Amino acid sequence: MEFQLPEYSLRMMLPEIVLFLAALVVITFDVVTKRKSGTAVGYLAMGGLVLTAIVMATTGYGRGFGNMFIVNPLALFFKVIFIGAAFMAIGSSFGITQKKIVNHRGEFFGLIMFSTLGMMFLASSRELVSLYIGLELTTIPLFVLAGFFKDDKRSVEAGIKYLIVGAFSSALLLYGISFLYGLTGTTDLFQMQVGLATKQIATQGNMGAIMVVAIVTIVAGLGFKLALPPFHQWAPDVYEGAPTPVTAFLSVGSKAAGLVAFVKVVVIGLYSFYEPLMKPNDWGIMVGVLAAVATILGNTVAIRQTNIKRMLAYSSIAHVGYMMIGLLAMNELGLSSVAFYMFAYLFTNMGAFAIVTLVEERTGSCDISDYNGLARSAPFVSLSLAIFLLSLTGVPPLAGFVGKFYIFAAALKQAGSQAGQDWLYWLVGVGILTTVFALYYYANVIKMMYFGKREDPPKITLNPPAVAVVVIGLVGVILFGLYPAPIIEFASNIPLSYGFIVP
Amino acid sequence: MTEFAYLIPLLQLLSFVMIIFFLRWKEKVSSGLAVTMSVAAWVMSVWVLIETICKYIGAHGAHVEPFEITYYLTVFPKINLEIGILVDALTAMMLLVVSTIGACVQIYSLGYMRGDKYFSRFFAYLSLFLFSMFGLVLANNFFMIFIFWELVGLTSYLLIGFYFEKKSASDAGKKAFITNRIGDLGFIIGLLLIGTYAGTFNYREVFDAVSGGVFPPEVLVVAAIGLFCGAIGKSAQFPLHVWLPDAMEGPTPVSALIHAATMVVAGVYLVARGMDIFVGSADAAFVVAAIGLITSFMAATIALTQNDIKRVLAYSTVSQLGYMIMALGLYGYDTANGIHSPGYYAGTFHLMTHAFFKGLLFLAAGSVIHAVHTNDIREMGGLLKKMPKTGWTFLVASASISGVPLTAGFFSKDEIVAAAAHHPVFYFFTLLIAFMTAFYMWRLCFMTFFGKPRDAEKFDHAHESPATMTGPLVFLGVLAVIGGWVGIPGMTGFSEFVFHGEPYHTHVDWVNILIASSVGLGGIYLAWLMYLKKAISADKIAQTFRPLYLMSLNKWWFDELYDIVFIRPILTLGRFLWTFDARVIDGLVNGVAWFTLFWAEMKQLFDTYVIDGAVNGSGWLVSNLGQALRYLQTGRVQFYTLFIVLMIIVLATFRMLPTGTWLLWTLTFLCAALLLGLIGRRTVTNTAHTESEKQA
Repeated sequence: MEFQLPEYSLRMMLPEIVLFLAALVVITFDVVTKRKSGTAVGYLAMGGLVLTAIVMATTGYGRGFGNMFIVNPLALFFKVIFIGAAFMAIGSSFGITQKKIVNHRGEFFGLIMFSTLGMMFLASSRELVSLYIGLELTTIPLFVLAGFFKDDKRSVEAGIKYLIVGAFSSALLLYGISFLYGLTGTTDLFQMQVGLATKQIATQGNMGAIMVVAIVTIVAGLGFKLALPPFHQWAPDVYEGAPTPVTAFLSVGSKAAGLVAFVKVVVIGLYSFYEPLMKPNDWGIMVGVLAAVATILGNTVAIRQTNIKRMLAYSSIAHVGYMMIGLLAMNELGLSSVAFYMFAYLFTNMGAFAIVTLVEERTGSCDISDYNGLARSAPFVSLSLAIFLLSLTGVPPLAGFVGKFYIFAAALKQAGSQAGQDWLYWLVGVGILTTVFALYYYANVIKMMYFGKREDPPKITLNPPAVAVVVIGLVGVILFGLYPAPIIEFASNIPLSYGFIVP
Repeated sequence: MTEFAYLIPLLQLLSFVMIIFFLRWKEKVSSGLAVTMSVAAWVMSVWVLIETICKYIGAHGAHVEPFEITYYLTVFPKINLEIGILVDALTAMMLLVVSTIGACVQIYSLGYMRGDKYFSRFFAYLSLFLFSMFGLVLANNFFMIFIFWELVGLTSYLLIGFYFEKKSASDAGKKAFITNRIGDLGFIIGLLLIGTYAGTFNYREVFDAVSGGVFPPEVLVVAAIGLFCGAIGKSAQFPLHVWLPDAMEGPTPVSALIHAATMVVAGVYLVARGMDIFVGSADAAFVVAAIGLITSFMAATIALTQNDIKRVLAYSTVSQLGYMIMALGLYGYDTANGIHSPGYYAGTFHLMTHAFFKGLLFLAAGSVIHAVHTNDIREMGGLLKKMPKTGWTFLVASASISGVPLTAGFFSKDEIVAAAAHHPVFYFFTLLIAFMTAFYMWRLCFMTFFGKPRDAEKFDHAHESPATMTGPLVFLGVLAVIGGWVGIPGMTGFSEFVFHGEPYHTHVDWVNILIASSVGLGGIYLAWLMYLKKAISADKIAQTFRPLYLMSLNKWWFDELYDIVFIRPILTLGRFLWTFDARVIDGLVNGVAWFTLFWAEMKQLFDTYVIDGAVNGSGWLVSNLGQALRYLQTGRVQFYTLFIVLMIIVLATFRMLPTGTWLLWTLTFLCAALLLGLIGRRTVTNTAHTESEKQA
C-alpha cells in the first residue's frame, strides 16, 4: 500500500467535504431562522449541490487514503448522476414541503444531501469496508425520509418497512462480504479479484458451498438496493407511501448507488465467477434469470396498477432488469451502455416524478384517474409527462431509446462473439418482448391525458423550481436522445479505467 | 453571429412548438411570437450576411474556407450520417432572402388573415415552414438537405390545403405533394448513388470526391440528373410544373412566401449548391439548361392569356425559375467546356432579385384580392386611385421584372441574357421570353390598375389595405429597386461574393444592355397599345391565331395530357382488375363453392378454438400473470423478509442440487409463498392492519 500525503488525499475528497458542510449549513440555517426560512432553505440546498458539482469538476482524477478512496471516470460519472438526482428531487419538492412539512424543511433537504454524500463515498470506494459504510450512509437517511410525513399513516408505514427490510438485507450483504474476506484475506476489490481467481484455479473450480452462499447473499443484499426481484417486494409499498420527491430520489439516486455497488462487488470483484470462465460458482446465469424475471414481473404487474407511483415502482423494477442485461454482456460496450442508461433514466424518471408531485399537490392523490383529460387544463404538464413516459418505453428519438438500443446491442454482440452464451439471445428476446408490454401501461396514461373526456380537469399550479426540474428533464431526454455522442464517449472511459478487458 | 447561425431555424421551431401546444388559443400572443421570431431571424441573417461579406471581401479574392459545424450521429456508427451547418456566401445570401420575405409575409398576414378561424394555426405553419427552409439552406450535407426538403414539402402541403374545407384547395395540396414525390424519387436515386460512391453526404467531401474522379462518368451523369429531378419537382419545372398554378388555392401570403420567393427556389439552390457535380458532367448540365429554357418559354406563353391574377403570377414564377435554372445549366455546360461564364452568378443573383419583386407582386395581388374579393382581372380596372400604395408598389415590381433600366430585375436579367449570348438558340428564346414577360406583366397592370372600372360594384367597395399589409409592400418595393444595385456591372459586388470556382468580373456591355432593355420596354409598349390605348385589338389577335391562343389558354393541355396518359390508364387498370375479380374470380369461387363452404366451416372451428384461444389466452395470460404475482405483494413486512430467505435458499441450491429436485423444491416454495399470501389476504380483508395491504 503506497503512502501519500494527507493534503493530497483530502483534496481528492474536497467535493464530499463541501457537500457535508453544505448539508450542515442547510440544517443550521433553518434552525437559526426559527423555521421561518420559507423557500430560501430549499434554494440554499440546491446551491450547495451546484457548488459541490463545480468543486467536483475542478478536482480531477486521483487516489487518496492509500487505495481506499479513488476518483476515476466510473466514480465521477455516477457522482454526477447522484448530485443530479438530489438536485432534481429537492427542486421538485418545494410545493409539497410547503404544504405538508411545517417545521422540518431543513432536515428534509439536509437528509437528502447526507444520503447523496453516502452515495458519493460509495462511488469512490475501492474496498469492501468503505463501500459498506457508504451504502449504510446512503440508506439510513432514506429510512427517515421515507417516513417523513409523520401524520400520514402510509408514509410512516413505508419508513418502518424500508427500515426492517433494509436492515435485514444489509446484514445479508455483510454476511456475504465476510465470506469473501475469509476466502482471500483482503477487502481491496482488485486484490480480492486476483485472490479469488487464484483460489478458483488452485481448487480446480471446486470451491464448494461457501462461494455459492457468498455470491447469493451478496446478490440478495445488493438486490434489495436495486429492487431486483425476488428482493423487490418492499419497493412498491415504500414507493407509494414515501413523499413523492423521496420516491423519485429512491428510484434514481438509490438505484444508481445500488448499481455502482453491484458493478464494484459483483462485476469487478467476482469477475472470475462469470459463467464462461468458471462453473459451477457462477453468477452469470443466475443474475440473467433474475433480470428476465424483473422485466416480466415489472412490466406485467404494472399494467394492473391504479396508483401512478406504484406503477412507476414496478416500471423501475423492470428497468433494473434492462440494466442487468447490459451488465451481463460483460464487455466494454455493456458497462458503458448501462452507465448511459442510468444517465438517461435520471432525466426521464426525475422529470416524470416531478410531474406526479405537481399533480399530487393539486389533487391530493396519485390515482391514474386524476390524469383524465389533463391535456386540456395543463398542456405543458401533460406534454412533458407524455415525453417522459415515451422515453421510459424507449421510443426514438428520446434518450430512453438510445439507452435500450446500446444495452441490447452490447448483449447481442457478446452473445455472437462468445461461445456458450446463447442464453443472452433469450435474455434480449425477453427484454424486447416486455418492452412491448411496457408500452401498454405507459401509453394508457398518455391516452387518459389526451383523450379523456372529464368535464373539468384540474388546473395545475406550477412553481418555478419544479418547472426548472421538468425543463432540465425534457432537455436531457430530447438532447441526449438526438445527440448522445458526448455522454457515450465519456461513458466509454468507465470500463477502461478499471482495466476492464473482454474475456 | 455566424457561429450561432443554427439558432435561426431553431427559433422558428420553438415558435411552432409553443403555438401548437400552448398558445393556440391566444391569437395575439401566438401571432406576436411568430412575427417576433421571424424578425429576429431577419436581424440575425443580416448580421450573418455582413460577417460573411467582411470575410470574403477581406480575403481579396483568395480562397475562403466556409464556416462549418458538424456533429456525427453515432447511433448508427456504420453509416456516416451527420448534422451540421455550413455558412458560405450562397447560404448567407439565401438566409437573407428567406428571412426578408418570411418576416414581410408574417407581418402582412397579421392584416390579411385577421378574423380567420385558424389564425394561430396559420402562424404555427408559417413558423414550421421557415424552420424547414432555414434548415434546408443551412444544411451541410445532402442527407440533411433531403430531410428539410421533405419537411418543406410537407408544410407546403399543409398550407396549400389550409382552407381544407374547400375541395379544390385540398385537391391542390394533394396534387402538389404527389407531383413532388415523383421528383423526389429521382432525388433519392441521386442521393443513394452519391452515398454509395463517395461514402459520405457532406457537400465538401462529396465535391472533393467528384473532382478526385471517384465517380465513373456515367454514374455521375445519373447522379446529377437524379438531383436535378428533385429540383424539377420542387421548382416546378417542365414536365412537373403542373402543381404550382393549382397551389394558388392557398392563402395569398403563402403563395408569396412559399410558391414565389422561397420554397420553389430550393430547386435552384440545390442546383447551385451541387454545381460541382453538374460541372463534372457536361451532358447533365446541358439537360438542366434545356429543361430550364423549355419551362421558361412554355410558362411565359401560358401567362399571356390567363385571367386569374394569381395564376398569371404563378406562371410567371415558373417562367422565371426556368430562367435561373437555365443560367445555372449553361454555366455548368460552359465551365465543363472550359468557357468562363457569368451563368452561376446570373442565376443566383436573379434568384435574389426575383424573390424581392415576385414576393412583392404576390403580396400586392393579395391586397387587391382582399379589396375586391375576386381573382379575375376582367372584373377589375382603375384601382390605382382607390389603392395607391398597393398600385404603385405593384407597378414598381412589374417594372423590375420587365427589366426597366436601373431596377433590380434589369441588372439580373441582363446577366442571364449575357450568359446565354454564346448559344444562339438560347439567346433568341431568352430575349423572346423577356419580351413576353414584360408584355403579360403590363397587361396585368393595365387591366387591374388603369382604365375604367369594369365592375362598378366591386370598384366602389374597394379600399386600401391596413398598414400591416402596405408596410411590407413598401419595404419590398424599395428592395425591388435597390436590391439589384449590388450587381452593377463593372463594380465590385455580387459577382465577387457569390461565385463558383473563380469570381466572374463583370464589365459594362452596352450592346447587351441596349438589346435586353429595349426588348423589355418593347413588351411594355405593346401591352400599352393593346390594353390601354386599345390601338390593337386583343380579341382580333386571338381570333387570327386561334390555335395558338387556345394552346396558351389551356396551358398547353398538360393537365388533360396527364389525365389521359397517367390518371385514366391507372383508373382503367383498377376498374379492369375489379371486373376481373367480379367475373373470373367469382366464377372460380362458385365453381368450388362446396369446398369453400367446407373449408369455411373448418376454419370457423379453427378460428374459434385455436386462433381466438391463442389471442385471448395470451392477453389473459399477461394480465392475469400480473394479477397472480400481485398475491405475493401482501403488504406485510414479515412476509417480505421470509420471502427473501426462501429465495436465497432457492438461488443457493440452484447449482448444488440436481435440476429436477431443485425445480420441485422451488415450486414448493413458491406455492407455499402464494398460499401464505392468499391466507394473509383473507385475514387482511377483515382486519386491514396496514395501509398498503388495502392497496395490494
